[in-house]
Amino acid sequence: MSTTPNRAPAAAPDLEVRAVAKRFAAHLAVDDVTFSVARGSFFSILGPSGCGKTTLLRMIAGFIQPDRGDIAIGGRSMAQVPPNRRPVNMVFQHLALFPMMSVAENVAFGLARRGVGRAERLRRAEAMLARVGLTGAGGKRTEELSGGQRQRVAIARSMVLEPTLLLLDEPLGALDLKLREHMKIELKQLQSAFGTTFVYITHDQSEALVLSDHVGVMNHGRFEQLGTPQELYYSPATAFVAGFVGASNRLTGKVLAAAGEFIELRTRGGWSLRARRHGSIAVGADAEAFIRPEAATLGRTAAELPPGHSVHTGEVVSLLFDGANSAVLLRELAGQTELRIALPQTGAFADLTPGARIFFSFDPERAICFAAAGAHA
Amino acid sequence: MPETAPAAGWYRRLLLALLLAPALLWLLGLIILPHLDLALLSFRERVAPRTYVASLAQYRSFFSEPLYWHVFVRTALLAALATALTLLLAFPIAWIIAKLARGRMSALLLLVCLIPFWVSETVRTLGWMILLRESGVLPALLVRLGLTAQPVELLYHDATILVGLVYTSLLFMVVPLVGSLESLDNSLIEAAYDLGAKGGAILRTIVIPHAAPGITAGCIVVFMLTLGNYLTPTLLGGKNSFWFTEQIYTQFITRFNWEQGAALGFLLLALSTAMVRLGLALSGQRFSDVMRRA
Repeated sequence: MSTTPNRAPAAAPDLEVRAVAKRFAAHLAVDDVTFSVARGSFFSILGPSGCGKTTLLRMIAGFIQPDRGDIAIGGRSMAQVPPNRRPVNMVFQHLALFPMMSVAENVAFGLARRGVGRAERLRRAEAMLARVGLTGAGGKRTEELSGGQRQRVAIARSMVLEPTLLLLDEPLGALDLKLREHMKIELKQLQSAFGTTFVYITHDQSEALVLSDHVGVMNHGRFEQLGTPQELYYSPATAFVAGFVGASNRLTGKVLAAAGEFIELRTRGGWSLRARRHGSIAVGADAEAFIRPEAATLGRTAAELPPGHSVHTGEVVSLLFDGANSAVLLRELAGQTELRIALPQTGAFADLTPGARIFFSFDPERAICFAAAGAHA
Repeated sequence: MPETAPAAGWYRRLLLALLLAPALLWLLGLIILPHLDLALLSFRERVAPRTYVASLAQYRSFFSEPLYWHVFVRTALLAALATALTLLLAFPIAWIIAKLARGRMSALLLLVCLIPFWVSETVRTLGWMILLRESGVLPALLVRLGLTAQPVELLYHDATILVGLVYTSLLFMVVPLVGSLESLDNSLIEAAYDLGAKGGAILRTIVIPHAAPGITAGCIVVFMLTLGNYLTPTLLGGKNSFWFTEQIYTQFITRFNWEQGAALGFLLLALSTAMVRLGLALSGQRFSDVMRRA
């Protein structure tokens, strides 16, 4: 899968992080992280809270000095460069707009620090506000704005300085769900309109998938996988990525047999299924398999299912209606394993009732199996 | 039940009146009545023994006698200077307590600021006298270090008065400053830094505008306390302290001229109120905002 960033894919990377590490007392917050971000692309660092992503972002911004490694922005090493001298600006988690200033003064703040004259900086602030769709809002107090408008002011305040890199520290976290969905799209459009390199950190896998050209999945201070959203979703490199990115059914058990790419897994409850293995897994070892809800097909009779795949039987536990994301929660009968399987958009299974018997199958190609943590290495 | 509603309202009003009664009695008996009496005193003049007429002579003499208003101007200027020095000294202390110290450390530091107040003002001031008088600790130390040939008298200077006033006022400046600095979101400082600001610009554009109500509240309290202080200027400044409260004391106690003393007391109240209002107007603050936010 080759995805190219919006513009100038061959240009030198805007951000290069090389073997960076940071330790706080006994806690290794960032452990030997290396990546680079191409010019004009949208890069996300995705991970659960406490994985070290905020520390990493603050090191790029310059608020924390790395213990080891180097960070280069626009090809220039940032060692010993303080935050106010870096070609980087940051959108803070709670935006950190200055309440003592008007919207225009907020946007003009950085220009004032660079010594741009008052008339000129207010003109540029107004022009930037117009670009983010806030024409005429310059005279307002920041608290008069809605959550989405405040976010646009925070972006305008940074973008008016024309940074090489814009860092965003979970700016959507404080918004309610509806606005978050809206701002996700808006953020993506703003990024492609400006063409500036964005580095975005989030714990929300959906934000990372929707917004990014490339995503680094971070856990315990390390990058588990670095790739496009599609790569993370369809070919996760580790069990953590498979479980963290997108919804998945996680099944643990022992490997009964291995044949080429595929293995036969037997869950503790006694259900046998075929899955594609990732890396080497010995027969008899503990392993965990991940099946996406949409990877399985439902059928009222075994004959309805696509031929060639082994047929499993389940009993409906409950119907989880959520529009296009509707799913059925069922108990597989051989091993009493609970599985979540997506309902087809046709509404064909909308009348399922708890207790109903149903058949399902899945392509073993799309059930990925990893050696259980601790089983190897 | 409509009948009980007025009864309940009456009962509630009685309860409120009873709850407020001690405070209101205090206010009436110890503040309002004495002030009314003093106000009446200040507006009369003794023309013969035990014969008084209504007159503005007491107020007129404040402006016609240069000593009175010279002393007042001097007192106001020194009080303003003491307030400014207290602010300069208290700001870094408050910054450390509010922003740099963590948890128990900041409570401990605030306690350290409070400790001098466990001792009465008289004893504290006498402590300064022991340190600063000619035969005291500090002049002896200066001689021992070879900085002065003879012990010098460090008491009875204007600077001594300022030291004493700043020392007495520090806590009243630190507390409102800590309150207003604690409420300043650290990410605002980081955002300003990230947008290219240096320390001075951050202080000027972010920290001081945010802390303005606390700064103003602290300055009002310290200015009023300093202007109305009697003990510290008198003990540390000696006979030549020329503090306005001393003039009032002299009228009441030495001269038995209660009429003049009362008039000077009201002039102090009026002039200090006017100065605070002027300060608020100049800094663009509103008194109600300051008292609410500080």
